[in-house]
Amino acid sequence: MKPDGVTGRFQRSREALAFPMIAYAAVFVGLSLLYVIGLSLMTRGEDFSAGVPYTLDNFARIASPLYLRSLLQSLRLAFFTALFCLLLGYPFAYFMAKASARARTWIMLLLIVPFWTNALIRIYGWKILFAANGPINATLMAIGLISRPLKLLYTEFAVQVGMVYAMIPFMVLPVYSAVERMDWAMVEASRDLGASPARAFLTVTLPMTLPGVLAGLVLTFIPSIGLFFLSDILGGSNTMLWGNMVHNELLKSRDLPFAAALSVVLLALTGMVILIYRRMGGRAENMVF
Amino acid sequence: MPQNKVLLSLRGLRKTFDTQEAVSGLDLDVYEGEFITLLGPSGCGKTTTLRIIAGLEMPTAGRVFLDGEDITRLAPEKREVNTVFQNYALFPHMNVWKNIAYGLRMRGASRAEIDEKVPRMLEMVQLEGFGRRLPSQLSGGQRQRVAIARSLILSPKLLLLDEPLGALDLQLRRQMQQELKRMQRQLGITFIYITHDQEEAMTMSDRIALMRDGRFVQLDTPKGLYEQPRTAFAASFIGETNLISATASAVKDDEVLLDISGFEVPCACEDWITPGEQLLISLRAERLRLAAQPVNTPCRVTGELLESQYAGSERTSLVRLPDGQVLHVRSTTEGEQVPDKGSQVSVWWQQTTGVIVRDDREENQ
Repeated sequence: MKPDGVTGRFQRSREALAFPMIAYAAVFVGLSLLYVIGLSLMTRGEDFSAGVPYTLDNFARIASPLYLRSLLQSLRLAFFTALFCLLLGYPFAYFMAKASARARTWIMLLLIVPFWTNALIRIYGWKILFAANGPINATLMAIGLISRPLKLLYTEFAVQVGMVYAMIPFMVLPVYSAVERMDWAMVEASRDLGASPARAFLTVTLPMTLPGVLAGLVLTFIPSIGLFFLSDILGGSNTMLWGNMVHNELLKSRDLPFAAALSVVLLALTGMVILIYRRMGGRAENMVF
Repeated sequence: MPQNKVLLSLRGLRKTFDTQEAVSGLDLDVYEGEFITLLGPSGCGKTTTLRIIAGLEMPTAGRVFLDGEDITRLAPEKREVNTVFQNYALFPHMNVWKNIAYGLRMRGASRAEIDEKVPRMLEMVQLEGFGRRLPSQLSGGQRQRVAIARSLILSPKLLLLDEPLGALDLQLRRQMQQELKRMQRQLGITFIYITHDQEEAMTMSDRIALMRDGRFVQLDTPKGLYEQPRTAFAASFIGETNLISATASAVKDDEVLLDISGFEVPCACEDWITPGEQLLISLRAERLRLAAQPVNTPCRVTGELLESQYAGSERTSLVRLPDGQVLHVRSTTEGEQVPDKGSQVSVWWQQTTGVIVRDDREENQ
């Protein structure tokens, strides 16, 4: 757009309107970030405090097999969470975008309503489902597929299912908005030029909705690394994810600087993922629904 | 058009959307190598017809035959028909080269074939050196050319063009009209072309199918449509015409004697006319002549000169007949002698100028 007088003034007033947002972010995000980074460089003090001397010891402590294993497990779970969310969420979002306006409202409601319930309660629901004498095992035994209850609860599998369940809306919404914006004449053109429905999807629909997919991958991957209550409830002591580490150091060991250092590592990881996302052409606006 | 073999046939084609009938029973034969235009106001069903031929829409009833084969239920990718879409529908994530090569790739063409054919197409649409640009980096006219090249590279039996020049400015439009016509002749591909621009239809087509409310009003050559319109809608959709009420006073063989506002005027007869019938006669404004003195010819009427407007090469005059009907007369201004406003003037014409048309003006729009 040309920066003529009217739009120029409009731009300026938009910036002015954004000021409270920027101030808010500076205080509540920027300052607290600095605080955490500062903490991570301090030494543990008496009774849940931190102080001088400044040191890198906290980060040195992280470079141990225990934390490395936890990091790998977190990344693996987050990776598969993003992947399964994509495999399940893309078709869901696709058909939602192509459904009639009425059906779309209902599907959207179906997706949103669980959010009105506390996440913890929903995860406890999964705990009941997965229990040794829970409905899943009971059904499998009733139809004779298994003779003894499977150990479902307190496994990485249970955590994985719970994570996909918790994260899937964050895939569906950006993909939905990308599919909804699709110009279907493109798909018609590709069919017209000889593409089967499957090839039209792979060569036209998928690349054109890729921004939504990328946004969805980032939005499901990043929170999955940090989730801790989910693995606490469904994974027990078998899954010590990065989020659990932070949680433990902070509330059980009460080691403030070390918990901060773990957080900084998580933050750096997240930052890297977002950097890769930007490099691949992803833009912040695609993450906004 | 020399009568080649029939390439495409539509038989009793119908399409209903919910309760709205978009296409209401079309029959059409398109000959090989022909340039045929579907012309009509928006909402007349021309795009729906094209989409049915392309396979992008299933007809509610009727059949589509291509080269004698029933393709009514055939998927679009299996038809030897390609489409140039209204807004080009270029793939935004592919550069010009990849857009043009797309059809070949889908057909499983070899790398060598693609590398040979794409540059030839680029050359034909005068876009050499543009292969690596993205559609978003092209002007409207260039995008248009890419869309055409993308379809023509598959050498379809039939090319469908849905208002391909609609988004271009007038000058570019003229230029592209000529280029399209040149490519069509050069490649010998049959074109079915959609437009709502009557001039474009007149200059480019071998035949025009004038459409209204999902039906063909008239299927004719541009000349036939202009000189011998069969209905009031056809007469007034193309060019400027006077639709004048008249009464058939006597019918003999191939001639009918009309009573136009009290003047006896002969006109070529249609077989459905009976004496005493109220008729509509179409008189093209630029085929009428104006004279201050009565002219010795059977086709003439007299009236009062209401208005006379000079417009450079032409003059538009309004003449009111005794019964109140007004004739628009467009005459050349070269060496003209203008009668006074308010005076009685003669309006006369060649007998072939007057065409009796069916009155379809009141039909639901």
